[in-house]
Amino acid sequence: MPFDKNIKVPNEEEYLNCIRCGLCLAVCPTYREYKNETDSPRGRVALARKSLEDELILSPNLVDKMYSCFACLACNDICPVGIKPADIAMEMRNVAEQVKPSGWKNTLFGKVIAKPDTMELSTWPLRVYENIGLRWLVHKLRINKIFPKQLRDLEGMLPKQPKKPLRHALPLISRANNESKYRVGFFLGCAQSLMFSEESAATVRVLNRNGCTVITPKATVCCGMPAAGYGRQDLVIEHARTNIAIFDKEDLDVIVTDCATCGSKLREYGDILNKDPEWAERATLFSGKIRDISEFLMSIPLEKPTGKFDARITYHDPCHLRRAQKVWKEPRALLQMIEGVEFVELPEADWCCGSAGSQLITHYETSTHVLNRKMDNLKSTEAEIITSGCPGCQMQLMTGIQREGLNVKVMHPIQILDLAYEAKDEDK
Amino acid sequence: MDQQIITKLEKIVGMKGVLTSPEDLAVYSYDGTFEECNPDIVVLPENSDQVSKIVELASQTRIPIVTRGMASGLAAASVPFSGGIALVLTRMDKVIELDLENAIIHVEAGIVTADLQAFVEKYGLFYPPDPSSIRHSTIGGNIACNAGGPRCLKYGVTGDYVLGLTVVLANGQILKTGGKVIKDVVGYDLKSLFTGSEGTLGVITEALLRLTVKPKYAKTALVEFASIEDASRTVDEILLAGIVPATLELMDQTAINCIEKAMNLGLPTDVAAFLLIESDGVELESTIQEIEAIGHICSKTGATKVSIAKDEAERANLWKARRSISPSLARLAPNKLGEDITVPRSAIPEAIKRLKEISNKYGLPIVIFGHAGDGNLHPNILFDKRDPEQMKKVEQMVAEEFKIALELKGTLSGEHGVGTLKRPYMKGALGEVSIGIQKQIKQVLDPFNILNPGKVLPD
Repeated sequence: MPFDKNIKVPNEEEYLNCIRCGLCLAVCPTYREYKNETDSPRGRVALARKSLEDELILSPNLVDKMYSCFACLACNDICPVGIKPADIAMEMRNVAEQVKPSGWKNTLFGKVIAKPDTMELSTWPLRVYENIGLRWLVHKLRINKIFPKQLRDLEGMLPKQPKKPLRHALPLISRANNESKYRVGFFLGCAQSLMFSEESAATVRVLNRNGCTVITPKATVCCGMPAAGYGRQDLVIEHARTNIAIFDKEDLDVIVTDCATCGSKLREYGDILNKDPEWAERATLFSGKIRDISEFLMSIPLEKPTGKFDARITYHDPCHLRRAQKVWKEPRALLQMIEGVEFVELPEADWCCGSAGSQLITHYETSTHVLNRKMDNLKSTEAEIITSGCPGCQMQLMTGIQREGLNVKVMHPIQILDLAYEAKDEDK
Repeated sequence: MDQQIITKLEKIVGMKGVLTSPEDLAVYSYDGTFEECNPDIVVLPENSDQVSKIVELASQTRIPIVTRGMASGLAAASVPFSGGIALVLTRMDKVIELDLENAIIHVEAGIVTADLQAFVEKYGLFYPPDPSSIRHSTIGGNIACNAGGPRCLKYGVTGDYVLGLTVVLANGQILKTGGKVIKDVVGYDLKSLFTGSEGTLGVITEALLRLTVKPKYAKTALVEFASIEDASRTVDEILLAGIVPATLELMDQTAINCIEKAMNLGLPTDVAAFLLIESDGVELESTIQEIEAIGHICSKTGATKVSIAKDEAERANLWKARRSISPSLARLAPNKLGEDITVPRSAIPEAIKRLKEISNKYGLPIVIFGHAGDGNLHPNILFDKRDPEQMKKVEQMVAEEFKIALELKGTLSGEHGVGTLKRPYMKGALGEVSIGIQKQIKQVLDPFNILNPGKVLPD
């Protein structure tokens, strides 16, 4: 082993049994773009193994290959042996970060994003998309040049920003409209609060309408996904403890989130802390309560909207929802129960859109190609609205739609349900 | 690799088509086996002309060329043991022409076989060969290894669909052989020579493939037997009745136990063998009739249970056992070595009996399944390569497996190919005369021995 004993590395069992069949190549968005083994899951597993077995040094190029993974998890799902190449890529980022920490990551993921106050204060990631911030980030992420087209795309990606973050607008407790049947914790994600506040406002309205008293703690910190993506597992653990402690104070039936990414990370807390005697049990309990909004709504006697919502609608599966949380039937069922909705299945609905957090910034070209595939599929549906319960996917879809000049709206499935409820109210 | 040569290669394919970093070389060192060896450089061309120039350069400088697609091969045929150029055709993945009237498709070698299949199916056409690597192998690789698959019993192997090939010869010349005709007896059948040649005679860059009409319906039966002899007799009876099912898959008790151990599907472990039989057709009624006739034959030849799927969900369920074999193998041991010996159909019971004896003799499990209709068996030895003693045993066991195949008048490999792993057994399988003539063919087509050197033929 070429690394110091203190450095946490993947277990041998995680990579040794790769039989190199190559099935993961078939489903990998980066391989399918470049048709190059180095950008494939099997390639990344081989590189990880060779670096851990001291056959290759942990070079910047090798680490880059770990960052070229979009973490869509398609390889994890398809591997006949149970190898999780996407997880290994993530763990290797963490190894690299332990061997050679980058100070800026500490600032960005440990200080700025982690705490809602500082984040809102510096309005990250909003400001990041302004030229100066973006250039700074691009420089830090070791991108040599940024193209004018890329800047335009990035700016186009920004949704209309709310006047103030939803975190401030939402009360701590939003009572059920009628009889309260469930006490529901709401984990309000950063992107949802800062950029898609209308969606999360709709989430709370729909929950209230369906007998849920919603508790939205304000002191929650980032779910940890961005830090994980940049190799700072240590910060993820910190975030996990903070968030668990906050929700522990409330007596809740479930904890709901309307962000696919947050949901997938929150569900991992139990695994992340399973060796920590002080936290293991609490973390498992916490993760066991996490529900995606569509998953939760379809599990309770849901009020069927009698109002109509006339539109041809399709649905894009966020990787963090379909593969990380195995939630894919529910959002579809939710949309299909609404009268007037003409639901059309998106071809390759679960193929990554290319957002993958910040890949549009860090891996612009690949991200764009992957997005083109999604846009071609979207065009074939002739849908007026594409829905998806993930802010990253939504921003990416908006970018693609703007670039292609399509007349398609991007929405969260919950918004359609909310509007259908309101349509009924108007009828009255 | 000499910088001058790198520069020349970059001129031919562009900067993005030449890879030299230690990381790139490391991931082009392996295929679907546990063998590995780094190439000196990786080149990804985009058309036949570029391939021609690369091979010409390699020929002048005597650099070995190992052609590969997605490297899912199971015989280490595309592992570059002599270094040199790893010539990767995955970026040559275009459909050049789909000729609907003649039902012929012209493709580049790097197209993923499943993509090709999906493409023609949009037009109601069908490309039948279905190697289990269909999603992660290219048509070029399939042709170079003459790949098979479960459906080959009824539809034939890859080579049966090759009407023409574009091949870059060892001196860089581009050979076009065959064409859009089904019958063609003018000159030697060169396309058949290159089919299955594992990159040792030329670089296949394009192919003309024959297509057929997509069968709309499929009906599936899973049949249980108390003895392997009954299962084998059933296969004979079905085929002798004039019925050719699309697939006739055999799972021996070792496979059933292996699946149960790893997956807990609730399969009966006291059954000696399963046959998974599928009929397909363009009409529903005839497809149903066929599977019912098969069910009838099975019940007369000693089947203990016949389950015919009523709908798509049940069909998927019946296939579940077969599809679970590979994942199960991987879960039971760190490593597996799967061979694909082929014996005359009637020798299947004897082959299985002897394979079990080998397993007992060496104390390592052999899991047996295969394509019963064509006598192609897949014995998989389970082992741990970290244990040198086991590795030694595996080597001896493989040799004995091949001995069985040859003694029963069969052959070393039905569909995986020879590559590196089966080279030591070639002489026994083919004899001096055949090896001699094959060496002469190789000498004529590749005088400097730069095309996949050290593969297929023994020294």
